[in-house]
Amino acid sequence: MANAKTTSHGTSADQAHDHHHYEPGFWSKYIFSTDHKVIGIQYGITALVFLLFGFILMLLMRQQLAKPNQPIPVIGPILEKVLGTDMVNSGVMQADLYNAFGAMHGTIMVFLAIVPLAFGAFGNFVTPLQIGAPDMAFPRLNMASYWFYFLGGVVMLSSFFIPGGAAKSGWTSYSPLASIADMAHWVDGQTLWLIGMVLLISSSLLGAVNFITTIIQLRARGMSWMRLPFFVWAQLVTGFLLLLAFPPLEAAGIMQLVDNLFGTSFFLPTGLVVNGSQLPVSGGGSPLLWQHLFWFLGHPEVYVLILPAMGIVCEIIANNTRKPIWGYRSLVYSVLCVGFLSFIVWAHHMYLTGMGTKISTFFQTTTMMISIPSVIILTALFISLWGGSIRMNTPMLFALAFLPMFGIGGLTGLPLGLNATDIYLHDSYYVIGHFHYVVAPGTIFGLFAGIYYWFPKATGRFMNETLGKIHFWGSLLFMNLVFAPMFIQGMKGMSRRMYDGGATYAGNASVLGLNTFISHAAIGLAVFQIPFIINFFMSIRSGKKISSDNPWEATTLEWSTPTPPPHGNFIKEPVVYRGPYEYSVPGAAKDFSPQDQQA
Amino acid sequence: MNWIKILGLPELASEHGKALDELTGYVHLLMLILFIGWVGYFIMVLLKFNRKSNPKADYVGVKSHLNTYLEVGVAVVEGVLLIGFAIPLWAKAVDYFPTAADNPIEVHIMAQQFAWNAHFAGPDGKWGKQDIQFAAATNPFGLDPNDADAKDDVVCLKEEFLVPVNRHVICKIGSMDVIHCFKLPAMRVTQDAVPGLSIPVHFKPTITNTYEIYCAQLCGNLHSGMKGSFKVVSQSEYDTWYAAKSKAGGGAGFE
Repeated sequence: MANAKTTSHGTSADQAHDHHHYEPGFWSKYIFSTDHKVIGIQYGITALVFLLFGFILMLLMRQQLAKPNQPIPVIGPILEKVLGTDMVNSGVMQADLYNAFGAMHGTIMVFLAIVPLAFGAFGNFVTPLQIGAPDMAFPRLNMASYWFYFLGGVVMLSSFFIPGGAAKSGWTSYSPLASIADMAHWVDGQTLWLIGMVLLISSSLLGAVNFITTIIQLRARGMSWMRLPFFVWAQLVTGFLLLLAFPPLEAAGIMQLVDNLFGTSFFLPTGLVVNGSQLPVSGGGSPLLWQHLFWFLGHPEVYVLILPAMGIVCEIIANNTRKPIWGYRSLVYSVLCVGFLSFIVWAHHMYLTGMGTKISTFFQTTTMMISIPSVIILTALFISLWGGSIRMNTPMLFALAFLPMFGIGGLTGLPLGLNATDIYLHDSYYVIGHFHYVVAPGTIFGLFAGIYYWFPKATGRFMNETLGKIHFWGSLLFMNLVFAPMFIQGMKGMSRRMYDGGATYAGNASVLGLNTFISHAAIGLAVFQIPFIINFFMSIRSGKKISSDNPWEATTLEWSTPTPPPHGNFIKEPVVYRGPYEYSVPGAAKDFSPQDQQA
Repeated sequence: MNWIKILGLPELASEHGKALDELTGYVHLLMLILFIGWVGYFIMVLLKFNRKSNPKADYVGVKSHLNTYLEVGVAVVEGVLLIGFAIPLWAKAVDYFPTAADNPIEVHIMAQQFAWNAHFAGPDGKWGKQDIQFAAATNPFGLDPNDADAKDDVVCLKEEFLVPVNRHVICKIGSMDVIHCFKLPAMRVTQDAVPGLSIPVHFKPTITNTYEIYCAQLCGNLHSGMKGSFKVVSQSEYDTWYAAKSKAGGGAGFE
C-alpha cells in the first residue's frame, strides 16, 4: 500500500505535466492525432452522428410504412428539393428512395455506426489503457484507419446526391439486382456503395491488425492472458474476426464493381432477360457466389457487433455487483469458441437458395453449436449477479437490460437457425425482430452503458444520472414496443422490405395496423434519445466533477491513469499483480483490489 | 395441435405443413421456458442482491453446479430438435419428392420483375422445347414456337394458375432476371428463385381456396407489388380449366 497510487486520490493532471513534454499543436492533437484516446473519441463522435443519421432514415421509412403513399409532412418537400422528383414526388417517398433508405439504414448502422463505435471507439480508447500500454502498437496505422473510415462515410453519404440516388439493393447487395437496379447510369449508387465498402473494409483491416498486435505485444508486466479483462478478450477475438472475414468481401466487392462497370460476369449467370430483352453480358457467373462471399463476412460481422458489447457489459457488471465475474475462464473459452465457430455458420442465411440436406445439416449443426458458448456467456453474466451488492447507476441499468434483451435476440434465432422452421419464417418480419433485438436493445444498450461508464475517464466529469435514467427507461420501453410486434407480423407471414408495408397482400390484413403502432413507438424512441444528447454535451462542460481518478472504485488499469489520461497514458509503468475483477476480496481493506496494487 | 394457434400462423392448407408448424410450436415452447427461467431468476436476483438488501457482496457467489446441468440440458434439447425434427423434415422437403406413382402435377414457375409465370406440359404430357433466343416479355419460358410439343403447353402469363386439391404438386422455380423468392404462406412453402437455376419444391394442398404468392426477396422498386395467386380446386374443375387453357393459348403469347 505504501507506495501505491499517486492516482487513487485526487486527479493527477499536474504530475502528468512533469512527465510529458510532448505538446502537439491543434491539428495534430485533435484532427490528425496518433493518440489512441483522441482517435477513439473521433471514432465515437463520428459513429454517434451516423447512428443518429441511420435512425432518422428509419423514421422516414416508418412514416411511409404507417401511411403508405401519403406526403411526408414538412420533411417531404425538403427532400424533394434536395433529392429530386424521382425520389420524392409531391412530398411522397418513392419506392426507389424507400429501397435506398433501407439499404443505407442497414449499411450505415452496421458499418458506419455500431462497428466503429464498438471496435473503433471503445476498442481504441479503452483497450490500451486496460492492458497498461502507452498507446497502440501502430499509432499511424490507427490514424489511417480512422481516416479511411471517415472517407468511406463521406463516399456513402455523397451517393444520395448523384443521379439515380444511393444504392437500393439492400445492405446485402445481392447480384444480379445490384448490377441491374440502376442501368440508366454507368456510375450509380451501387458503385459508390462498393467504393465506400472497400474503404471501410480497409479501415477495419488496419484497425484489426493494430488491435491484435497491441494486445499480444503491449501488455504490461504481469498482465498474463488469464488476467486480461474480458473486454480485451472480446476485442481480440473481434480483431481476428475482422481480419479474417473481411478480405473475402473486399474481393467480392471489387468483383461486383467490375461486373457493374466493365461488363464482367462474376455474379451474373448466362441468359438474363430484363424487361423482355436479353442482358448484354457474357454470363457464366453465379449469383450464389456473391451470397457466399457476403455472408462469409456477414455472419462473423454479427459477432463483431455483439462481442465488444458483451465485453463492456461484463466490465460494468463486475464493477457494480462488487464481486468477481462468475466463471471468468468459461467466458474466455466461450468467446474463443464463438469466434472460431462464427466462420462456419454463414450459409444458414442461405437455406432457401436450393440447399440439399447434407450441406444444410452441416450449417444448422454448427449454428446450434454456436448457441452453446453464447448461452454459457449469457448464463455466466446472469450468475455473476448472484451474491452481489448491486449498484443501480445508469451504466449498470443499461448493462443489466442487455441480458434479457440479448436473450430475446438469441432465443428467436433458434427457429431461424433450424432450417425446417426457417422455411416459413425466412425473410419475414420475424427475422427483422430477431436481429434488431440482438443489435438494438442488445448491442446498442451495451454501447450506451459503456458511454456512461467511461465518460468520466475521458472528460473528468460524470454524466447526469437523472437524465441517464430517463434515457434508459424510455429507451427500454420503446425499443420493445418497436421490435416485439415484428414477431407477430412475421408469424403472420409478412415479408420484409415492403415499400407499402405489406398492404398488397390480403394475408397481412390483420397485422397491418401494427405498422402504425410500431411507427408511433419509433417516434417515442426518438424522443427518449433527446435526454441523452443533451446529457452528453451538457456533461462535458458542467457535469459533476469526479473526485478521484477511480470514481467507480474499479479494479482494471484504465482507472489507474490520470484523468483524462495524458499522452502516453501512465505516469509510471504499471505492473499487474492480480486478475481483473478482484472485488470484495475476503480480508481486504476495501471492496476493490486494483490490478496494479501490490498486496 | 390447438395450442399452436397461439403463434398466429395463417391457416394451414398443405399436408406437410402440420409437422413444420408443430416444430415451430415446440421451439417456441423451449424459448418461452428458457426466457421465463432467466427473467424469473433475474427479477429475484435484483430484489435479493441490490445494494439495499445486500450491502456486502460475496466474493464467491454461486457454488452449485446447477447451471452446468441446465446448459447441458439446453444442448441436449437443441440436439433433439436438430436430429429428431429439423434434419428429417428438411430431408423430406428437399430429398423425397413424389414419384410418378403419386401422380404429381408439375408446374414450372418463372419469376420476373415483377410478376409470376407458370408453365404446364399440357395434355400431351410433353414439355415444349425451350431456348433463350425465344425468351421475351410475352414468352418468359422461351418456348420454341415451331415445336409441336409446345403447341399444347399451358402458360399462365402473369396470371393465376390452378392446381387440384389433394394431389402432389411439384413446382420448379426459376427466374429470368434477379433473385426473387416464391413464398406460399398457407402451404408453408418458401423457395428462392435464382436466375440460372431451376429449384424444385413440392407440397400437397388440402383445402380448396385462392392463395397468394408472395415475393419474399427484394427484387427492385416494385417488389412490394409482386403478388401472384393460384387456386386450389377440385380435380374436375382443374381438368376443365386445363383443357380450355391448352386449346386457347397453346404455349401462349407467341402465336
